[in-house]
Amino acid sequence: MSGVPILSLVTFLPLVGALLILLIRDDGDAARRNIRNVALLTTVFTFAVSLLIWIYFDNAEAGFQFVEKAAWLDSGISYHMGVDGISMLFVILTTFLMPLCILASWESVEKRVKEYMIAFLILETLMIGVFCALDIVLFYVFFEAGLIPMFIIIGVWGGKRRVYASFKFFLFTLLGSVLMLLAIMAMFWQAGTTDIPTLLAHDFPANMQTWLWLAFFASFAVKMPMWPVHTWLPDAHVEAPTAGSVILAGILLKMGGYGFLRFSLPMFPLASEFFAPLVFAMSVIAIVYTSLVALMQEDIKKLIAYSSVAHMGYVTMGIFAMNEAGVQGAIFQMLSHGLVSGALFLCVGVVYDRMHTREIAAYGGLVNNMPKYAVAFLIFTMANVGLPGTSGFVGEFLTLFGIFQVNTWVALIAASGVILSAAYALWLYRRVVFGALTKESLKGLFDLSGREKVVLYPLVILVIFYGVYPAPVFDATTASVKALINNVTVSIDAAQTAAAN
Amino acid sequence: MTPELLSSLSLSMPELIIAVGALALLMIGVFSGERANSTVTGLAVALLVAAGAWMLVFGHDGAGYGTAFVSDPFARFMKFLTLLGAAVTLIMSVGFAKAEKFDKFEFPVLVLLATLGMLLMISANDMLALYLGLELQSLALYVIAAINRDNVRSTEAGLKYFVLGALSSGMLLYGISLVYGYTGHTSFDAIATALAGGERQLGLVFGLVFVLAGLCFKISAVPFHMWTPDVYEGAPTPVTAFFAAAPKMAAMALIVRVTMGAFEPIGTDWQQIIVFVSIASMALGAFAAIGQKNIKRLMAYSSIGHMGYALVGLAANSEAGVRGVVIYMLIYLVMTLGTFAFILAMRRKDGNVEQISDLAGLSSTNPVMATILTILMFSLAGIPPLAGFWGKWYVFLAAINANLYALAIIGVLASVVGAFYYLRIIKIMWFDEPVGGFQPMAGELRLVLGLSGAFVLFYVLIGGPIGQMAEAAAKTFF
Repeated sequence: MSGVPILSLVTFLPLVGALLILLIRDDGDAARRNIRNVALLTTVFTFAVSLLIWIYFDNAEAGFQFVEKAAWLDSGISYHMGVDGISMLFVILTTFLMPLCILASWESVEKRVKEYMIAFLILETLMIGVFCALDIVLFYVFFEAGLIPMFIIIGVWGGKRRVYASFKFFLFTLLGSVLMLLAIMAMFWQAGTTDIPTLLAHDFPANMQTWLWLAFFASFAVKMPMWPVHTWLPDAHVEAPTAGSVILAGILLKMGGYGFLRFSLPMFPLASEFFAPLVFAMSVIAIVYTSLVALMQEDIKKLIAYSSVAHMGYVTMGIFAMNEAGVQGAIFQMLSHGLVSGALFLCVGVVYDRMHTREIAAYGGLVNNMPKYAVAFLIFTMANVGLPGTSGFVGEFLTLFGIFQVNTWVALIAASGVILSAAYALWLYRRVVFGALTKESLKGLFDLSGREKVVLYPLVILVIFYGVYPAPVFDATTASVKALINNVTVSIDAAQTAAAN
Repeated sequence: MTPELLSSLSLSMPELIIAVGALALLMIGVFSGERANSTVTGLAVALLVAAGAWMLVFGHDGAGYGTAFVSDPFARFMKFLTLLGAAVTLIMSVGFAKAEKFDKFEFPVLVLLATLGMLLMISANDMLALYLGLELQSLALYVIAAINRDNVRSTEAGLKYFVLGALSSGMLLYGISLVYGYTGHTSFDAIATALAGGERQLGLVFGLVFVLAGLCFKISAVPFHMWTPDVYEGAPTPVTAFFAAAPKMAAMALIVRVTMGAFEPIGTDWQQIIVFVSIASMALGAFAAIGQKNIKRLMAYSSIGHMGYALVGLAANSEAGVRGVVIYMLIYLVMTLGTFAFILAMRRKDGNVEQISDLAGLSSTNPVMATILTILMFSLAGIPPLAGFWGKWYVFLAAINANLYALAIIGVLASVVGAFYYLRIIKIMWFDEPVGGFQPMAGELRLVLGLSGAFVLFYVLIGGPIGQMAEAAAKTFF
């Protein structure tokens, strides 16, 4: 595979698709069908090419692979791409979810199809770029630029309060990110480079680490989102169109966790050690508090949004446990949550397309005339709860296992979140799917269409497959995670010995 | 003719081209009357292009007329920007002049004279040369602001600008006299030498403050910004575009040269002033723009904010800082010209409109226009990968290097507030219901808007060479 710039290819293929769509005149049903087809073909093709990355990925190698480097701007800012075990699977997750998103918007998006598809394809390029970038400025560019298409997606194709939600999303995220930008500048002057592999090897002074860590934390905590800066998420999720919610929950939230793993932990190990209790406290509050909030929601999407915040609590907890189980669990939890929450939003989209309401109270007894839908929804609900045998269990168990070695109390409180998640998820399922089919409006509903099956069934298979056999994921991540943990512990030990002397 | 005079003349050839050309055009205009407008405008653009081309081909470093006039990479870079701003605004005024009965041949001539003043400002290396250039520019600008003499708002704008401008010129002159009194020199180099040797007297600091106050008025930095919103709103739109573009380049270049040249030894003194002015401009530009309904007024506050960001680079008092200022001004110029090309194209059947609410639903009525303005707005807000982000990147990079953390943090927070009102324009264009589209754009406006949008969008690809040019310009002072 040497010589082929496969990462750039995967990153910019969607952009090529967007340019093709730009050339199609949007003047009628035929044109709109073409636009949808081009978007679908582009994303499927991108997914197929991205699978090559996984196939040719060397699991034994802990460093970066498929590296590309070219001079770009002055001050040594270069176009540097590459993936390691931590980032590779996020690229695959992104390319995998995109065709599903395009399919999910096939009929539900009727106005401005052209702009919609272009926005999604540009967003895909930017998201893949975030996970591939090996220059911190390049990373920031991809990371921030993603706000533009998402702002438009929520604002143009969103629900009633879309304006409020889109502004809140944009400004919250921007506020967190600009502080990270200043930290990036400070790192540039300190280390003389913006190259991520070089920065990973650089030892930042302990007091500087504290400030840099806080600045990066401001950005990633908002993106993640962590309690108490999570409030933009329920609004954005509720108002965004289905595919927007899937991308938001499936990929955009993962950028926060990825950022912690790529920057905060390895570059500022001392500060990470110092602030770990703070992160634990915020994580368990998120797990317990947002689970309780989720219990009281009357809007299906809002409930899933709060449940996402709770699940991200496990991720941050696992990452800052700073041991192999915790970090492996966090990565797995992020990948699994990408599939599960994406699937749940797609499930909501299925009934929303038919009924045009997200009120839980408007549903009930769907199992009677939508049995296939009920089964799929059940599997995703169980995965959300973390039932053994689904992918949700593996991540939750490993993060709890990792944190247990560090702090038993945190593990104890966090584990109670598992029970709470069962409570709200099962209660939601009961109210929507079970019970008697009494409401007149629901009686005419038909079961999953062929297109919806194509969207949901692969997710069902993957959720169960990775619940039973998670090894392919761990094979890819283990080497990089081990190297990461090793670097962090060595730095912390060195600092402690220095302090002792 | 002595050889020295000859070399001085050749050094200042761009200025001479414009000076002689402007007078000739005045004659042509007077003798052919009202009909001459488009001819005069065309010839004026040709003169500006000729001046720029001469600089490109024969431009060289050196000092002339004693040491009052210098030509160096920094001066040439900023002169290019000024000429570009003047030429593009003249091109954009053609269609407007026809449609709005704004066909006065005095406009291109006055623009040429103002540009001449700006070029002299940029090359000024002596307090008196500085003052002469500044006054030539200002007097032309006073008339330009009031050029629509039958319109109450335009005359009000001109009068306001004149009164406040005269006050600021007075302050500047007073400051110059204090500096002369305490150092005994008017030449920048001699002032710097005198300052480096002797101790710093209080009266001299007063002089510095007055000089900077006079210059801050010209770039409309807070607290000398009061005239900006009224003049921007009251003046005819091509005039506003000119005000927002060219004079800002020259005045910023002048501030850089005065601080980095004459007052270089007392950096710690002017640094505090610049930090304060910068913070105040960024904050006011961000907050005051939120409530605006008129897009020209909004652009006035936006330009105040952007001058604040450019000053962040200057406050760093370093080579990286000057590089940041230069890049920021270039990017600001392109974004401003593009935005004003759009504002000039906001035409319905019954004339031009200026309210932001007139943009409602533009993304469905004029999708191309709306998309390019959206790109420009995101760029003005400083969102990567667009050009506006890179401008902010370079100035804040310099500020961080100079340990100006408070300035940098306040600056980026102000940019988040600023993002709100740029987003509001995007929101109105994309999320609101259409209120009817605009007339098709004139060809020249389309060209300017398109080029500006392309520059902003593809800056990531061409940023390397631009950065190198800016670096060469910044090296002048170090």
